[in-house]
Amino acid sequence: MEITVKVNGKQVTREVEGRTTLSTFLREDLSLTGTHIGCDTSGCGACTVHVDGKAVKSCTLLAGQVDGCEVKTIEGLAENGKMHPLQDSFKEKHGLQCGFCTPGMIMLVSDFLETNPSPSEDEIRHALEGNFCRCTGYHNIVAAIKDAAETMSA
Amino acid sequence: MIPASFEYKKANSIQEALAMLGEDDKILAGGHSLVPAMKLRLNMPEALVDISKIEAIQEIRNNDQTITIGAGATHASISRNEDLKKHAPMVAEVAGMIGDIQVRNRGTIGGSIAHADPSADWPAVLLAADAKIVIASANGNREVDVDQFFKGFYETALNDNEIITSIKIPKSAANANSCYMKFVQPASRFAIVGCAAAIAKDNGTVSAARIAFTGVSDSAYRAKEIENALKGGDLSADHIETACAGATAGVDVMSDHFASEKYRAHLACVYAKRAISRL
Repeated sequence: MEITVKVNGKQVTREVEGRTTLSTFLREDLSLTGTHIGCDTSGCGACTVHVDGKAVKSCTLLAGQVDGCEVKTIEGLAENGKMHPLQDSFKEKHGLQCGFCTPGMIMLVSDFLETNPSPSEDEIRHALEGNFCRCTGYHNIVAAIKDAAETMSA
Repeated sequence: MIPASFEYKKANSIQEALAMLGEDDKILAGGHSLVPAMKLRLNMPEALVDISKIEAIQEIRNNDQTITIGAGATHASISRNEDLKKHAPMVAEVAGMIGDIQVRNRGTIGGSIAHADPSADWPAVLLAADAKIVIASANGNREVDVDQFFKGFYETALNDNEIITSIKIPKSAANANSCYMKFVQPASRFAIVGCAAAIAKDNGTVSAARIAFTGVSDSAYRAKEIENALKGGDLSADHIETACAGATAGVDVMSDHFASEKYRAHLACVYAKRAISRL
């Protein structure tokens, strides 16, 4: 089947198999390997991207389901060569160790902060329910998100 | 994990979807139950009929007697709906407790109940809410009472040639005083035990009660022993305690590596007490 998707602001049209997931489409057809595949069962959140502005798990969406939609991946988050505040804060607050979960974390939280611009620590921890980190113990991820939220609402 | 090959069909209306739907096909809504099952090859449909772009089944409408939730409404949109928060708070509450933010952004109520996972949250809430399931087929629409909808392990009253189009929630006094609580499996966030309670009171006396569980048995069920024990009494701690002893009466309680039969039955009593005590 043929699909047309706007990915990080650029319109692309590709022929895909019906069974192609969005995560595979992004990584293998478009070489956008910043979207990671962790569990591949919609548990871990490493594959999180935005579809029409909403955070979703791209391993559990078929590419056909985003035909005609706008998709944003971690590669599309920086604007005009300037890092998104979340990217800066994750670096500043040491919100990552191996970095595997980081793109998914940042894509999830950039959507979450749209609906809740100044979350409490408890709300942040709740929001991370669908994103696993096996290195940090989450502490510095939460600190990075708090820091970014302050920067963004300043 | 790659699903078996299938044909991908897109429908622009329910009529079109019904016309496309072959015997070995499956309906694709949010895909958050179906796609994982297809990756494990537990489901290998000939074709998927994608109904996710049909806006007519995504609305939540506030009518005179009922609130009608389109089958394609996402958990996220249901959790934010002000009419549901007012008239049936447990419906908005459960929608915000399913999975995680990403899952709630895509998963739909219709898809979830068609799948009928024994640990899914919606079945308990819809049973407690006395909901009606509106189902379309080439022969027209039919309405199924929720008590007749969930038949067993991943089994419902839905036929292969039918599509759920909406769910009707009555604006009853019980639904206006309702809540949902669950003991969550921390990785999947499915319910190990979930209890939905809707209770109408008349001067402090229970006049109507619907209590339902998910996660406990091979299908969600209403705890009629608790309902009957509550009716006519007050909601004192003692009365709730006595009534909730019947949480799993006559029910085959599941046992798995998350919770043994004995522990699950215990949790059912605990979560019934906690839910009812909030009302």
